[in-house]
Amino acid sequence: MKMGKTFAEKILAKKAGVKDVVPGQIVTVSPDVIMSHDNTAPIAKTFKKIGLPKVVKPEKLVIFLDHCVPAAGEQYAQNHKEVREFVAAQGVKHFYDVEVGICHQALPEKGHALPGRLILGSDSHTTTYGAFGAFAAGIGRSEAAALWATDKIWLRVPYTLKVIIKGKLPGRVSAKDVILKIIGDLGADGALYRAVEFTGPAIEAMSVASRMVLTNMAAEMGAKIGYMYPDGKVKEFLRNRTREPYEEVWSDPDASYEKTLEYDVTDLEPQVACPHTVDNVKPLREVAGTKINQALIGTCTNGRIEDLEAAATILEGKTIARGVRLLIFPASQEVIWEAMKKGLLEKLSRAGGVVMNAGCGPCLGAHEGILAKGEICLSTSNRNFQGRMGNPEASVYLASPATVAASALKGEIADPRTV
Amino acid sequence: MGIKGKVWKYGDDVNTDVIFPGKYTYTISDPKEMAQHALEDLDPTFVKEVKPGDILVAGWNFGCGSSREQAATCIKHTGVGAVVAKSFSRIFYRNAINEGLAIVESMEAPDAIQKGEEIEIDFAKGELVCKAGTYTFLPLPKEVIGIVEDGGLIPHVKKELGLK
Repeated sequence: MKMGKTFAEKILAKKAGVKDVVPGQIVTVSPDVIMSHDNTAPIAKTFKKIGLPKVVKPEKLVIFLDHCVPAAGEQYAQNHKEVREFVAAQGVKHFYDVEVGICHQALPEKGHALPGRLILGSDSHTTTYGAFGAFAAGIGRSEAAALWATDKIWLRVPYTLKVIIKGKLPGRVSAKDVILKIIGDLGADGALYRAVEFTGPAIEAMSVASRMVLTNMAAEMGAKIGYMYPDGKVKEFLRNRTREPYEEVWSDPDASYEKTLEYDVTDLEPQVACPHTVDNVKPLREVAGTKINQALIGTCTNGRIEDLEAAATILEGKTIARGVRLLIFPASQEVIWEAMKKGLLEKLSRAGGVVMNAGCGPCLGAHEGILAKGEICLSTSNRNFQGRMGNPEASVYLASPATVAASALKGEIADPRTV
Repeated sequence: MGIKGKVWKYGDDVNTDVIFPGKYTYTISDPKEMAQHALEDLDPTFVKEVKPGDILVAGWNFGCGSSREQAATCIKHTGVGAVVAKSFSRIFYRNAINEGLAIVESMEAPDAIQKGEEIEIDFAKGELVCKAGTYTFLPLPKEVIGIVEDGGLIPHVKKELGLK
């Protein structure tokens, strides 16, 4: 009997130009999109070492400046300059400079994350685009340079883990709490080398923005890709963003999964990832009362309109606790425009928030809110590794936008359902 | 091809931020300078005392987190001969191959190997010898081994494209 195929198997077979593939098999493929960001400059240096004058398919390159924007110092400025020079020299059409926003938000906004596409990016959270039904995986810098030169790469066909999410999320509990709960259960390598298929009524009920939280953080359990069916909400998002044709690919009903997990989120409580690993997840009540110095809302994980709305609902007309710095990082320029129109940024600013530009901010320890020794930050971002926000003796906790807003108000980790 | 070296032993989920902190990712580009920060936030004594040929041994999911290739580059340029782990995060696994850093995946050996002991790895035979015994491991997939044999991805691509 012929077994059905998973999404990952189908896309990789199609891109490799073969009839069938099986998990574990290594295939050679050409991606549809090659994403890179500030690391484009070092990739360009590696590309130069190969000795080819021109990128073979410059139309496939999508390049952002987002990791340390605007430049925090001379070296960053030089790096950005080299990226702009590379883009001009190679005729890269899809280049987005410092004003546009974080790659994982802006690449979909600019119409590059289409269902059925194979997207490779030199960033671990490239998995985010799986929310649009794309096969999207992270690669390294040398691989990006090699792709520019050869337009091909080897990939191992992953086994697939299916996560069915049922039930209705309670008030002030959101997609971030769902994915933290899953990562806490599975561990940092719970989906290592695997494709993770998120499905079920709770996913269908989620906005595209919420779904992106799950696929973004699939990387934190080791997943190669996270993906979801590109339903009507995705098509609506893509309307007016692209004229390119696309074809959705989906797992056969009789596809073979390595494992299937089921969650019911009806009684889910707010979750917090504690220092210094993303899988060190506890129900919020166990860490409630932990004093915080900085509260961060935004980044590629939770910097979308619904996130700012969740925070503004809690903070409107109030003032954050003395001694707490609240930083707001919208994920993109488009989010900033919409948030301005809705008055969200004003509400957050009046509550005491510092409204920042669209970018990665201090998430990777570069600038705009680095922690001092011994300080604690509660953040909506996706990583809390030791030293992540610059100082190895600082601590980062991760939670939802509602939790971070409520905690900024109290000056300590607080349950958003109680404020 | 074989190597012999002293063991530096660490636990599970050693992430790329503690291997090579994010704050250096756009400010340091020389591999030798990268090496001076290797494992900085995990074990500050490592860089001071590591000797060429030493071997890193760790548990599950070594190199998890960011895609930064410098995590592999900085370890390679300390002179470390190989990283042995129960499993590797997928991007680190690829980066190590592409940087020509030898990696050995073995579920059993890391628990048996003692910190500070001298171990021997024979890549051709797929054998690791430590005090506790001999452990076998699988070679890299045949589709990938050419990259390692050519000394990393960039020399491999040059060869494929016929560029000197």
